[in-house]
Amino acid sequence: MFKKLIQKARIKSPWLLHYDCGSCNGCDIEILACLTPVYDIERFGIINVGNPMHADILLVTGTVNYRNREVLLNLYDQMPDPKLVVAIGSCALSGGIFREAYNVIGGVDKVIPVDVYVTGCPAKPEAIIDGVTLGLNLFTRSKKGKIAHAR
Amino acid sequence: MTETAVYILIGLIAGPLLGGSVSGLDRILTARLQSRIGPPLWQPFYDVVKLWGKEKTVVNVWQAFCAYCYVAATSIALVLFFLKSDLLLILFTQAVGAVFLVVGALSSTSPFSQVGAHRELLQILSYEPLLIFVAIGIYLETGSFKIAGLDTWNEPLLMKLPFLFVVLGYALTIKLRKSPFDLSTSHHAHQELVKGLLTDYSGPFLALTEIGHWYEMVLMLGFCSLFWASNWFGMMILILATYFLEVLIDNVSARMNWRWMLGYVWAMGLTLSLVNIIWLYVG
Repeated sequence: MFKKLIQKARIKSPWLLHYDCGSCNGCDIEILACLTPVYDIERFGIINVGNPMHADILLVTGTVNYRNREVLLNLYDQMPDPKLVVAIGSCALSGGIFREAYNVIGGVDKVIPVDVYVTGCPAKPEAIIDGVTLGLNLFTRSKKGKIAHAR
Repeated sequence: MTETAVYILIGLIAGPLLGGSVSGLDRILTARLQSRIGPPLWQPFYDVVKLWGKEKTVVNVWQAFCAYCYVAATSIALVLFFLKSDLLLILFTQAVGAVFLVVGALSSTSPFSQVGAHRELLQILSYEPLLIFVAIGIYLETGSFKIAGLDTWNEPLLMKLPFLFVVLGYALTIKLRKSPFDLSTSHHAHQELVKGLLTDYSGPFLALTEIGHWYEMVLMLGFCSLFWASNWFGMMILILATYFLEVLIDNVSARMNWRWMLGYVWAMGLTLSLVNIIWLYVG
């Protein structure tokens, strides 16, 4: 019973950590738009935290390059399990228009496992909220608090 | 004997239940003031249960030890309050809890945690003398530091100690981590110092600090209730009005720095306390 309660609480209280890997700020503005009174994602218990140690969901925007790869990995490692990664926008998915650049590794999934991909350039706030709720459903399927990273 | 056991049980259960609901109410009120809808009332409980189910990661053993001590001290302080014990004893037990939280934060080397811990120490330095003055005021009026002595008091203390109630308001704002005094950590602090004092507490230990904070919140609101202990209706009105005012102040004011806090709180708090105590003594 207690396990079920924890599982319910996980879905009801996801705390977000937002990391900008080198995005043009388009997707970042859309993420922050979700927090405004128009979308008000705090209705669902979602809080934007600045500390990876408190976060449940990592939102990543922008392309990964050789410099910020370490930072992204560090943030991911600091988050306690169970955790989710949501890649937002074309750049985070595949590198976008920068994928040919010499310093770009590509999408976020080249470095850390990604659970949900949200498309768009920039991604719409509605799409971001959809992506996060889709990711939350993965919590119900998790075993022993860990999520099998199926792609 | 059984009565004592019942009071202990009430204290232990009422802390998290009331504290959680009150902070849920706080989040709804804050959201409404910002023209948002806000989370459900029981959102803080979801948060704590979720944190409880997360992976255990600690910086070192001391941090975990301090988190447990914080909850233990704050819950004991609240139980003592429900047992109508000595005001000074309650204050000191509560202070021990607050210091353990700081020591836990200091045990990590993270700069955010360190800065948060130092600021929390300054906050403790600001509000502790004020709380002692409130206790002294209550003693001068009722002739006893025991809360039990207030039961037979027919006139609300607020009439005799109005300035000391304002002073308690300052301490309450600091203790509830509300603007303009939310220097060490706050619900929204994520740009300036990540999460300050609580940066390195994570998972179940963050849940423990949250539960400890609920105990403290109920204890502080309990202190407010002493000022209208003569009837339940007046007490409820006083607590609700004070809490609404706290949320309002939190929303309309910006975070200030510690120099301002120490200067302002000491200058205003100590002056108001002295004026009230002298007035009591002369009158």
